[in-house]
Amino acid sequence: MSSENKGKLKFAFYWAASCGGCEIAVLDINEKILEVVEHVDILFWPVAMDTKYSDVEAMDDESLDVCFFNGAIRTSENEHMAKLLRKKAKILVAFGSCAADGCIPGLANVSNREEIFDVAYVDNPSTDNPGKVTPKTKTRVSEGELTLPEFYDTVKTLDQVVDVDYYIPGCPPPTKLISQAIDAIVENKLPPKGSVLAPLKSVCDECPRERSEKKIKEIKRVYEVENVDPNVCLLEQGIICMGPATRGGCGAACLDANMPCTGCGGPTPNSFDQGAKMLSALASVLGVENEENMSEEEIRKLVDQVKDPLGTFYRYTLPRSLINRRVIKK
Amino acid sequence: MSDFEPNIVAFLCNWCAYAGADLAGTSRLIYPANVKPIRVMCSGRVDPVFVLEALKKGADGVLIAGCHPGDCHYQSGNYKANRRVILLKELLQQLNINPRRVRFEYVSASEGQKFANVVKEFVEEIKEIGPNPLRGEQ
Ligand code: FES
Repeated sequence: MSSENKGKLKFAFYWAASCGGCEIAVLDINEKILEVVEHVDILFWPVAMDTKYSDVEAMDDESLDVCFFNGAIRTSENEHMAKLLRKKAKILVAFGSCAADGCIPGLANVSNREEIFDVAYVDNPSTDNPGKVTPKTKTRVSEGELTLPEFYDTVKTLDQVVDVDYYIPGCPPPTKLISQAIDAIVENKLPPKGSVLAPLKSVCDECPRERSEKKIKEIKRVYEVENVDPNVCLLEQGIICMGPATRGGCGAACLDANMPCTGCGGPTPNSFDQGAKMLSALASVLGVENEENMSEEEIRKLVDQVKDPLGTFYRYTLPRSLINRRVIKK
Repeated sequence: MSDFEPNIVAFLCNWCAYAGADLAGTSRLIYPANVKPIRVMCSGRVDPVFVLEALKKGADGVLIAGCHPGDCHYQSGNYKANRRVILLKELLQQLNINPRRVRFEYVSASEGQKFANVVKEFVEEIKEIGPNPLRGEQ
């Protein structure tokens, strides 16, 4: 690749409904960023540069080589930018769990706009809002009309609003995956469109802990466990670990810190519903011992130890799952 | 909603429940025609994804039936299926889908009558609950 300016790859970074962690993850590649700027010109990056939406609008279609898009789609502004950047970029990458799977913002799908606005702006101890004012897309004031983006009832993944070329999972994506993705782009060695730029294996495959045949007698929450064996599978110690249902690429970093995997890598390649997969796996190994003599009541008690199945199994993937939100009765 | 005819998907294990349904048929027992049976080798083969997919596509109820405890031809598939259904029901509750839409039953190959009764009962129950709110969303 020529090092001349016009030979450089043109990049854009954008954030939609996200926490900002993905932006930091880009910088976490440390000195590699110097190598990146050798090959790459960044034309749009709201978190770091003073660029405007109008700058993007003024670009020719497909004039950007790559756009790393993080964040889920929860407002009309997010959707507008997704569509705009899709038009301007040859390669659109869903960067991080929010864009790829919906992630934590996607848990808002257990609720809807009305309920969220109510908690955020009206009914909470630290808000005094007697007029019950909530954000409106249009407000008339004496100077004219003020507008705000529309806040959707349902959070979506990036690929639910535009065509996506590649996915980099993780909350945020591990720096190793980011570096590898950048290398692949610069060296023109990208896999087929639609690929997830992460290993095909699960977190368990990267986890150094010892595993034997899994049989769990009871489920404990992290704070309830006294002596955690740092060398033994956490699931076998009764702690829900999403490793079996989660795509690796993180090197089982949480397990290394003696914490269970919570599933940010999204589903493993052959499953498209991470939550259902984990639910199935856990129910299969829970209470196996003496199962033939267990009463329905005892089984129910055991299963009840799983607090908040939705929040546990779908923490990062509710918007992309089979049933992507709480059903709202019409 | 008197003209509501529930659409029920039934996953029946090859060795017991499916044979039980067969017996109900050959014995000419009368039961509602709302059930669409799908034969699986074992109730343990029923991935929660199948149930969610059925509900997403508008099934009003999902029945999973396997061998009685101790009779599963793969030893423990029915125990697993039972636990999965119990946990899945908790999830459905959180998604605001009535957990009674999913039902697990033990039906042996000789229980044609039980199969017919279960179907009758389930159809009544689903009629009471009403149509799946996800129906027609796709
Ligand atoms: S074979 Fe019937 S439940 Fe397993």
